[in-house]
Amino acid sequence: MTAAVITPSRRKGSGFWRAFARNKGAVLGLVFLLLVVLMAIFADVLFPTSPWDMTAAPFEPPFSEDALLGSDTLGRDIAAGIAHGARVSLLIGLTSTAVAVLIGVCLGAVSGFYGGWVDDAVMRFTELFQTIPNFVLAVVLVAIFTPSLTSIVLAIAIVSWPPLARLARGEFMSLRSREFVQAAVTTGQSNLTIIWRQILPNSLSPIIVSASLMVATAILLESSLSFLGLGDPNLMSWGYMVGAARTVIRQAWWMSFFPGIAILLTVLALNLVGEGLNDALNPKLARKGRA
Amino acid sequence: MMTVSNSNAPLLDVRNLTIDLPRGADRPHAVEDLTFTLERGEILCVVGESGSGKSMTAHAVMGLLPKAVKVSSGVLRHDGTDVLSLPESDQRALRGGRIAMIFQEPMTALNPLMRVGDQIDEVLRYHTTLDRAARRARVVDLLASVGLPEPDQLRRSYPFRLSGGQRQRVMIAMALAVEPDVLIADEPTTALDVTTQKQILELIRDIQAKRHMGVMFITHDFGVVAEIAHRVAVMQKGKLVEIGPAAEVLNRPQHPYTRQLIAAVPHLIEHREAFGADRKPVLTAEKVCKTFHIGGGFFTPGRTVVAGNQLSLTIRQGETVGLVGESGSGKSTLGRSIVGLIKPDSGRIMFEGVDLLSLSRTAFRPYRRHVQMVFQDPYASLNPRHTVGDIITQGPIAFGEDRGRALEKAKDLLKLVGLDASAAERFPHEFSGGQRQRISIARALALEPKLLIADEPVSALDVSVQAQVLDLLEDLRHRLNLSMLFITHDLRIAAQICDTIAVMQKGSIVEIGPARDVFGNPQHAYTRQLLDAIPGKGWSIPEDVMATGRHGAALRTSA
Repeated sequence: MTAAVITPSRRKGSGFWRAFARNKGAVLGLVFLLLVVLMAIFADVLFPTSPWDMTAAPFEPPFSEDALLGSDTLGRDIAAGIAHGARVSLLIGLTSTAVAVLIGVCLGAVSGFYGGWVDDAVMRFTELFQTIPNFVLAVVLVAIFTPSLTSIVLAIAIVSWPPLARLARGEFMSLRSREFVQAAVTTGQSNLTIIWRQILPNSLSPIIVSASLMVATAILLESSLSFLGLGDPNLMSWGYMVGAARTVIRQAWWMSFFPGIAILLTVLALNLVGEGLNDALNPKLARKGRA
Repeated sequence: MMTVSNSNAPLLDVRNLTIDLPRGADRPHAVEDLTFTLERGEILCVVGESGSGKSMTAHAVMGLLPKAVKVSSGVLRHDGTDVLSLPESDQRALRGGRIAMIFQEPMTALNPLMRVGDQIDEVLRYHTTLDRAARRARVVDLLASVGLPEPDQLRRSYPFRLSGGQRQRVMIAMALAVEPDVLIADEPTTALDVTTQKQILELIRDIQAKRHMGVMFITHDFGVVAEIAHRVAVMQKGKLVEIGPAAEVLNRPQHPYTRQLIAAVPHLIEHREAFGADRKPVLTAEKVCKTFHIGGGFFTPGRTVVAGNQLSLTIRQGETVGLVGESGSGKSTLGRSIVGLIKPDSGRIMFEGVDLLSLSRTAFRPYRRHVQMVFQDPYASLNPRHTVGDIITQGPIAFGEDRGRALEKAKDLLKLVGLDASAAERFPHEFSGGQRQRISIARALALEPKLLIADEPVSALDVSVQAQVLDLLEDLRHRLNLSMLFITHDLRIAAQICDTIAVMQKGSIVEIGPARDVFGNPQHAYTRQLLDAIPGKGWSIPEDVMATGRHGAALRTSA
C-alpha cells in the first residue's frame, strides 16, 4: 500500500549512487580499490626497476633508507613487489571472474530457460564440478598445464563458475514464468532474443553482486596458488611473496606481513563493494524499514 | 487490562487524523484531517481506490504503520481512551484484546510453520489467564463458531492444508479469540472466490450481529458494500469525501467522486443481443484436455490437476466470448493453450482451418501474430528495462517490420489506446496501472491480431480505471472488428462485455450460451450458484448516477 503511494525515483543512475553511497563501508572499499588500481597502473612510475632486481641489502627492515617496506632475502624491494604484484592480482582476479561469469551465465541461462532434460543435464554437469574441492582442482589444473598467466586464469575460472551457473539458472527460471517474458513469446520473438533482451538485463543485479565478490575469491585463489609455488614464474605476485618469505617469518616478519596485508585489504575492499552493490541493486533489502 | 466501558462515547472515535508520508512521496499526507466514528453494533464500510489511505487509517488504529509514516496530528479514541497517547504496553493490550484485525491475504497472515490451533492458542495465552485445557476448549469453540468442520481435527492442521476460505475463517476465529469489540477487516474477501466471498461476508455479518461488535470493513467493491454495510465512508486521496447511512450513499450519492465510483461499478444485467451464429468462426477448440502433474519425484507420486477436460468452444468473427469461473477452474489454461504458451495433452484448436496444436514450433510462428494476449498483471507484463516504444515494436520487428515504421505505428497505437505518442520514450514504471494496461493492449494490437485473448485484464485495476479499460476494449473490438476471448472471474464484468458466456468448473465447461440466456436463465446449478454469490445483487445503481457518472469517468482519460 505504501509502495503505491510513493513514486519511484525517476533517474535510475542517481538513485543507484545514492543507495550505494548510503553504505559507508562500500564507499570506503571503493576508494581503497581505486587506490590499488592506481598503484597497479603507476607501478612502473613508482618503482621503475623490475621487482625481481636487487635494490637493497637482503633483510633490510621496514623504513630503512633504500626500501620503504624492507627488503626480502635476496634484497628485493617489498614495496616494489607489492605495487607490481597488484597488477597480477587484479588482472587475474578480473579476467578469471569474467571467464567464470561467461561460462556460468551461459550455462545457467540455457538451463533455466529451457528447463526439462536440458536443465537436468546442465545441472548434473555443474554438480560434477561442485563435488570436487575447488582448490585441489585448481592445483591439479595448473600443475598439468604448467603455471602461466593463462593457465592460472583458466584454472580459477573453471573452479569458480558453478555457483554463478546456479544463480543465473534460478534467476532465469523465475523470470521465465513472468508475464513480460510470456508476452515476448506470444509476440513471436525468438528464444535468443528473449534470453538476451528480455531476461538477461533483469537478472543482472544479483550476478553483478556475486561477480564482485568472486573477484575477491579469485585473488585469494591466485595468492594460494602462488604461495604453493604454482604462480607464473615471470610475474611478481603477492601470494608468491608470502610463500617465499614463509621460511624466514621469525627473523623477518615484514616480508610476509606487507603482501599479506595487501591481500587482506584488497579482498576486504572487494567484499565491502560487493555488499554495497547488493544493497543498491536489491532495493527491497536496502530500504528495509524506510517505507 | 479492560477499561471500564464509557457507554456514551463511540466505540472508535477518530478526530482530525493526519498521517504524514515520508518526503519524496507523491503527496504530503497519506490521510488528511480524517474524522469519523464507529458505533457499537454497526458495520462501517470504508471505500476508496488504491492509494486513498483507507488501509493506512486501519493500520494507524492497529499501530502497524511503517516506520517512515507517522501520525502527525489528530486524536484516536477507543471507548473514550486516547489510544495514541497510551504507553506502548497498554496499546498492545488494547490491540488484540479489544481491537482485532483480519487481513486481505490469509495465507501470508498465518504463520505457515504453526498449526492453526496453536496460532489461536497463542493469542489466548497472551491476552487471557486461561489454563491449557480451557484454552484448548476455547480454540475448538472458536473454530466451530466460524463454521469450520471438525474443529478438533482442524486445529491440528497447518495453514497450507486449508483452502483460502478456510484460512480466512481461521483468521476470523483468531481475531475473535479474546472477544474484541472492534473488528477491522482490511479487504478480507478480495483474494477469495465469489462463492467463498459470499460465505465469509455472511459469517462476518452474523458474528457482528451476535456479538454486537463494531466492524470497520475496508473494501473497494461497492457490491460488497451493498451487501453488508450499515454506514459508508468514501475516501479519495487521503480525504473523507462522503460519509452516511448505506442506503443514502448508495442510492443518493452526493459527492461527484462517489457518483463516479458507483457509476463505474460493473452491473450485471445489460441487455446485449444474442450474437449472430451465422458469422464465420475464427477459432474452434475441440475437446482440449490438459492435466498438470505437480510435485512428485523418483519415489513419491505427484498430485495431478485436471485443468482441461474435453473443452470445446467456438469464437466467431467479431464476437467476445467470456470464460468465467473461480480460481483453479482451468480458464487461464485454455487461454494459454490457444496462444501456444501451454501444450494441451489432446484435442484440436482450429484457427482458420488449421489445427494449431499439430504444428511444429516454426510452423506455429506465423500464426502467433493473429492470436495475441493481454495479461492480467500490468506490473508484471511489461519489461521494466525497456521503453514503451521498444515494448510495442518488439513484436512487429520480430516479424520483419522495419524499426522506423514499427515505431511510427507504435505511436499511432498509443494514441488509439488513449495515451500520448510521447509515451513511447518513457519506461513502464512511469505509468499507472491503468495506463500500463493500455500499453499492454497496444502491444497486443501491434501485430494486427484477429483474435485477442484477454486474461483477467482488469482484475488488478481500480474500479473506475477498470471501467475505462473495459470501454477501451469494447470500442476497439468494434473499430477493428476483433474477436476476443475474455477470461474473468467476475461475472459482472463478463455480463458487461461478452456476447457469449462459457462457465467453467474444475476443468470443464458446464454451461455455454449467449450472455443473455446464461445470466437470465441459467441451466446449470453451478452457474446459478455463481450468480447468486455476486455481491450487491439487491442493489441497483441509481439511474441518474449511471447517466452522469459514466460520462464523467469516460472524460477522465488520465487513468
